[in-house]
Amino acid sequence: MSQKVLDALKAVHGAAVERTASAHGDEIAWIKRDNLLAVATWLRDDAAMAFDAPVFCTCIDWLDWHPVGRPPSEGWSEDKPRFTICYQLRSQTHKHRIRLEVELPEHDARCPSLAELWGAFNWQERETFDMYGIRFEGHPDLRRIYMYEEFVGYPLRKDYPKEKRQPLVRRDDLPINPMKAEHK
Amino acid sequence: MGVELSTTRLEDAAKWAKQSKLEQATNWGRKFSLFTYPFVTACCGMEFMSVAGPKYDIARFGAEFPRFSPRQSDLLMVVGTVTEKQGPALKRVFDQMAEPKWVIAFGVCASTGGFYQNYSAMPGCDQVIPVDVYIPGCPPRPEQVLDAMIMLMERVQSGRGHSQLRLKRESIIASAAEEG
Repeated sequence: MSQKVLDALKAVHGAAVERTASAHGDEIAWIKRDNLLAVATWLRDDAAMAFDAPVFCTCIDWLDWHPVGRPPSEGWSEDKPRFTICYQLRSQTHKHRIRLEVELPEHDARCPSLAELWGAFNWQERETFDMYGIRFEGHPDLRRIYMYEEFVGYPLRKDYPKEKRQPLVRRDDLPINPMKAEHK
Repeated sequence: MGVELSTTRLEDAAKWAKQSKLEQATNWGRKFSLFTYPFVTACCGMEFMSVAGPKYDIARFGAEFPRFSPRQSDLLMVVGTVTEKQGPALKRVFDQMAEPKWVIAFGVCASTGGFYQNYSAMPGCDQVIPVDVYIPGCPPRPEQVLDAMIMLMERVQSGRGHSQLRLKRESIIASAAEEG
């Protein structure tokens, strides 16, 4: 549907694009992390692209699965990407859309922030930070947005225990009190 | 806790008989003038509105006014899911209410956490505050709420509410300390 966007992207920023895909009317471009800000700025400002509507920003935690496009024979290594950041963009003027994806390894989970380009990504990146612990570099106010400051860990990561709670307050007379050390 | 909570009506009657005439009269007045504080957090609030509205009309039982200040109310209705983040707010609202006070857990989320068994939802508001009557249902029918209201009124009359028992226990301990 928007193949011309992918073609233009590859023509202008060929070195920044790792690979592209196109499925069910959605065009996806995997971008190298260091080039994300330049590519996004070009997508927003170029007259033929004019992506003026940010749709969503989120993250996929693959844990030890194999992300799309990577052969199973590759095996696990420390530098293998665990997280995929997705930025879905849309152009209201040209009626086309594209998804930018950035792959991040677990030990180096940081990504350039697009909140300065599209203000709507401000809270979405805070949510992604809150739930997955991705550090968005250059974000104006990177704090937790849903959970409280005392919360430890990132609840939507696949290795967060499913029913682990971190209570703020409990009654004193509970038979099993998760606030007390002997019940933890 | 060291306080026996009886459940059968016969035992209720026995406790009722033990009260003084003044206590009976006070509790009779209390049970027909419950002022509710709706701590509405989720979809059960629709059902609460239905109960408070003219068709089911909780005002028939004297619980006429929802008061939006905890200091003016003596019945806390926890309506809907309580998250861990809301726990301190719920405890603060409960602590600000004047004694004696009662709590109804409205719906299965407020009672047990319901189907939210995850990192953010509290497994029942009784983790933070003592609850007198639990109403199951997702959401409960208004008839169930009225039934719980009647149960609570019986409990108020017989002096078995959590805060009533606590006040009585404290007064007994205080008088025993005075006697030496």
